Amino acid sequence: MAITVFTLARTRKLFSVVVLSGIYSFLMATVLVALDAVDVAMTEASVGAGISTVLLLAALSLCRSEEAKPVYKPWLPLAVSVTTGALLIYGAMGLPNFGDADAPMHRNVVPRYMQNEVEVPNVVTAVLASFRGYDTLGETTVVFTAGVGLIALLRRRKNNEPAKPSRQDSI
Amino acid sequence: MKDDLVFRVVGKLLIPFTLLFAIYVQFFGDFGPGGGFQAGVIIAAAIIFYALIHGLETTRRIMPDWVVEAMLASGVLIYAGVGVAGLLLGGNYLDYNVLDHDAVLGQHRGIFWVEVGVATTVSSVMVKIYYMFASRGGSEGEP
Amino acid sequence: MIGHFTYIITVFLMVAGLFIVIARSNLIKKLIGLSIFQTSVYLLYITPGKLVGGTAPIISPNYTIYSNPLPHVLILTAIVVGVATLALGLALTVRIREAYDTIEEDEILACDENPTTAPDTEQSA
Repeated sequence: MAITVFTLARTRKLFSVVVLSGIYSFLMATVLVALDAVDVAMTEASVGAGISTVLLLAALSLCRSEEAKPVYKPWLPLAVSVTTGALLIYGAMGLPNFGDADAPMHRNVVPRYMQNEVEVPNVVTAVLASFRGYDTLGETTVVFTAGVGLIALLRRRKNNEPAKPSRQDSI
Repeated sequence: MKDDLVFRVVGKLLIPFTLLFAIYVQFFGDFGPGGGFQAGVIIAAAIIFYALIHGLETTRRIMPDWVVEAMLASGVLIYAGVGVAGLLLGGNYLDYNVLDHDAVLGQHRGIFWVEVGVATTVSSVMVKIYYMFASRGGSEGEP
Repeated sequence: MIGHFTYIITVFLMVAGLFIVIARSNLIKKLIGLSIFQTSVYLLYITPGKLVGGTAPIISPNYTIYSNPLPHVLILTAIVVGVATLALGLALTVRIREAYDTIEEDEILACDENPTTAPDTEQSA
């Protein structure tokens, strides 16, 4: 995945960038299956490598498909990124080890969820729809709002004039 | 693209099975991986595939704009409606225990309807996004 | 150090996404960098939840140890919200393209600063 991201940062043809991002999503879904997160892997594969790639290609067909040559060398952003990365790694050393069963995240609410009082075997669906139903209501509203915002942004005029505004100098 | 024989045949084979798989993922979200979001996205993927093969106009005749927009709103309304039903039957908002005589069956019923609402909204949003992007490119010249 | 190697990978992906966002001026590439950043955050949440020897959190009588299901729920929501944000960002990019005829950030800023040399448009929408 690191190779994919590195190539993505350096490629200038935007079509290859979109395909690389689809490959990246598939690799991420595979890694998620290896981490026992099967629901998340299914969602990431379908949303990231399916819908996301279609949307990017659709937007790309409406824009120019090549990135302009960068004007100046990106030393400052590189320095900022490396510094941020170093600080984050230093901070992450305080977090629990990989596979540690004694971490605090396994102790507070999860034992109660896993006792399965709703008798639905898939605990993720039970938590999503029943124990944390409010969050899912909020998320559905967010998706709905995105759809409405999109309609507001991209709708055409009904009287057949092209939506592309005419060019004139701003006074 | 609909004059290409390979696409038409593959589409005829794949799209019904994809829709069936989406319904399977939706209803077996209780017993295996799956649930509302995944099913909604898979339904939208099948419809977008059909639109890619046969063109936007044909797809608009099968699923017109007002159907998609109605599904968009009704998904959220179903979800909120389950909550209000909990209120009307005497419990709290979004309380599933009061939806049936047995608390566990009430939970199952509540989870079922909630997932249906989520899948409806998610699938119609994805299809609407594709409609908007694809119909925008009508009068744009390709640079 | 060995126990924390997953965090190092996550931070590398996060920094790569951040670099793409701040160093490239093409709007679509910035959006893709943002989505890479988001996927690295998903990894950050899910890796501590995995227990060695556990299995997926679907309760069945054959297994006793399960991975933690709580991060899965949060990340599921985050993925769907992420794609909604990506769709809105792309819609804005398309509108910018129609208004300014370019999607490079420096050219857009140049258009804004001197409106007489490169004509931009009056919106009547």
